[in-house]
Amino acid sequence: MTTAIDTVRDTPFVVAGRTFHSRLMVGTGKYRDNETMARAIEASGAEVVTVAVRRVDLDRSKEAGILHHLDANRFFLLANTAGCFTADDAVRYARLAREAGFNEFVKLEVIGDQETLLPDVQGLLDAARTLVQDGFKVLAYTNEDLVTALRLEDAGCAAVMPLASPIGSGLGLLNPYGVRTIKRRLTVPVVVDAGVGTASDACLTMEQGVDGILMNTALAAARDPVAMAHAMRLAVEAGRTAHLAGRMPKREVAMPSSPLEGMLD
Amino acid sequence: MSDSIDVIVNGEARSIARGATLLELVRSLELDPRAVVVEHNRTIVRRPRLGEVTVAAGDAIELVHFVGGG
Repeated sequence: MTTAIDTVRDTPFVVAGRTFHSRLMVGTGKYRDNETMARAIEASGAEVVTVAVRRVDLDRSKEAGILHHLDANRFFLLANTAGCFTADDAVRYARLAREAGFNEFVKLEVIGDQETLLPDVQGLLDAARTLVQDGFKVLAYTNEDLVTALRLEDAGCAAVMPLASPIGSGLGLLNPYGVRTIKRRLTVPVVVDAGVGTASDACLTMEQGVDGILMNTALAAARDPVAMAHAMRLAVEAGRTAHLAGRMPKREVAMPSSPLEGMLD
Repeated sequence: MSDSIDVIVNGEARSIARGATLLELVRSLELDPRAVVVEHNRTIVRRPRLGEVTVAAGDAIELVHFVGGG
């Protein structure tokens, strides 16, 4: 992976043997219309695009389906199990998604609490084990708890996706230490999923050294989703490059940038 | 014997022709069989087999597709 300058050379972003050209993944929910969504995804530069599995609406328009608006040859469609509250439900949705989709990848969510949409880690681990056994490449949405992340890796997950903050909250990266520690300890890719609100959140998140970010509401709920998508693309690249560049040490006192010698009497 | 049977499609009771296959059910709802995934009594039925599976009274059928999500 190349960056804008050739002094910083990035390693490829690989999940379960597949190389992706962008470290920014985006969702397709909650856009005011499909045209805005398509333009925002374009501006984001994302390759991985998430979708959800739902019942076909038998009585209304048949335009609710998303595939008319996304070129499946251009984007890598990553189905999620959003809305599932048990391991069994998540496994059921994942299997339906595999049938509807084009790959074995699934973004696994098992939600444990309606208000915060925080994950049910026990259900998550159960579902992850079942799906891995079934041949899925599981990207597991989890909290920023190290031990859960380690267990998910042990279960065979292809990537672990700790949250920055609750889904759709836009509160930004609440626990940089937790996310950084997960990244330091895991071998599989760590992709932060959920909670990023604006470009500085994305940049700060990437500066922790994580492999990528998945976001949806930050784009869909921005006043101008296309412009925000562009900003996020730059922020992810900036944060990644800053991580690779290695930041200066912090210190509690000032240190002059200009020479102390040569001052006038 | 009535010519129709009652089944549950996406959680709603519907009347369909006796002896109809899943493929016929999908088509009768004006859906493109290539654009939906069919679950029949909790078992996924792949597209090539839709025309081989006959629907029975009381069967639960789910028709799903991809929608926007995060």
